[in-house]
Amino acid sequence: MASGARGGRQTAPAMANIVQFENVGLRYGTGQETLSDLSFNLASGAFYFLTGASGAGKTSLLKLLYLAQRPSRGIIRLFGEDAVTMPRGRLPGFRRRIGVVFQDFRLIPHLSIADNIALPLRVAGVPEADVSGPVSEMLAWVGLGDRGAARPATLSGGEQQRVAIARAVIGRPEILVADEPTGNVDPEMADRLLLLFDSLNRLGTTVLVATHDLHLLSRVPDAQMMRLDKGRLQDPTGALLHPPGRQG
Amino acid sequence: MAHSTARLLDDARDGRAMTWVIAIMLFLTVLAAAMGLATRNAASTLERSLAGRLTVQLTSGAPDARAALAELLRPWLGADSADPALPLPVMIDVDLADGAPATLARVRAAVAGIAPEARIDAHASWMASVAGMLSLATWLGAGLVALMASATAMVVVLAARAGLDAHRATIEVMHMLGATDVQVARLFQRRIARDALVGGAIGGAGALALVAVIGMRGAGLGSELLGAAGLGAGAWVTLALLPLCFVLLAMAAARVAVTRALRNIL
Repeated sequence: MASGARGGRQTAPAMANIVQFENVGLRYGTGQETLSDLSFNLASGAFYFLTGASGAGKTSLLKLLYLAQRPSRGIIRLFGEDAVTMPRGRLPGFRRRIGVVFQDFRLIPHLSIADNIALPLRVAGVPEADVSGPVSEMLAWVGLGDRGAARPATLSGGEQQRVAIARAVIGRPEILVADEPTGNVDPEMADRLLLLFDSLNRLGTTVLVATHDLHLLSRVPDAQMMRLDKGRLQDPTGALLHPPGRQG
Repeated sequence: MAHSTARLLDDARDGRAMTWVIAIMLFLTVLAAAMGLATRNAASTLERSLAGRLTVQLTSGAPDARAALAELLRPWLGADSADPALPLPVMIDVDLADGAPATLARVRAAVAGIAPEARIDAHASWMASVAGMLSLATWLGAGLVALMASATAMVVVLAARAGLDAHRATIEVMHMLGATDVQVARLFQRRIARDALVGGAIGGAGALALVAVIGMRGAGLGSELLGAAGLGAGAWVTLALLPLCFVLLAMAAARVAVTRALRNIL
């Protein structure tokens, strides 16, 4: 994978808030709010864990972040722009700046692994001649260099997870959002995946990993933790409103 | 992302029903268009041949011609053809270079001035009802083509919506990766264009072959009217272009249907 645009970790004072949530609430239909009064900032180039019990609203929060859902109330600013009132036609451009690793991978089953990984580049209109190089590089990066022609169904859960990660990062996103990326893999593979995220973060990408596996938190010592409890964000220290960022 | 994403929509999820629906629609459309074009051709030929043609009938006042007429009728009437009590009107066939109503009126006035009892029959008026029927058939053909085109567009819209449902998971992934509605719609346009092209080629070729066979058989009958209903080069080109027009129509319908449906998805 090529190096990040910002060329690695940045020191805290230099970091800008790449994501800002202000009093955000999300309600599906006429039910109770799934997310309530979320106010936090994510600093550019930082590493975050989002934890919470099942049903706490982690996936819903991530959906707001990767623009799959609009909030019922509140303000969300992404890359300095209001993402709530943003016209629908501008969403694709913003989505290309966010890499997403879905909990259920969402690989396209009838495409090869290489074609799945290449999809963000092709969606972005990258010339075909410039696609195969980065795809090969990503396949090697996730340890699947010899499986490019295989179909997703022939891969194990961990391998599919790595393909999903490769697809999420090949477009050099400014933010990487991963929903339970280690939920289907053994501890050894979980460590390897976290190393992938960490190395990406060191190249400048802001990383947010949603997990309920608290053991993962110790693997990235200077990551910050966000904890959701019944749709509300626990931020006793106020660090999420004023993130110190990751020290270089 | 045109060529590289050609396989993004799984072929296995779509049948080939669309191809055959388009083939049948095109087959019927080309036949209807051929009927319309042929009857229009026949109507205009008939109109050209009858315009300015009339028969002047002199019931009296032509004694010089009576002997010649009696001679002409002798094979049928025998000696009775010379019976002075037998009315033998003189028929004069007139072919006017200019068949305009004003010219016809001048001819009527001139004949009335010379022979007030003479009757004038304009051929065009005899065939007015036939020409009316041919005109009706022409409009019927045009109407059928319009109906077929509308039905095809609706079928494409339904197919595109069904396709959206069948490929919803793929489309959601594409959206999350930053694909625009136009990019997604293009996938369906390409798919439907391919189906329409194959279906149009099958249906169009079948109908054109059938029209050619009917045309040859009609020409073999030696009927003046059927001969006039033949298709000219322009009509054949029009018929051959119909499948292409349907492909474009199908692509446009697919694009509109998909982009409208996608607006309901964030």
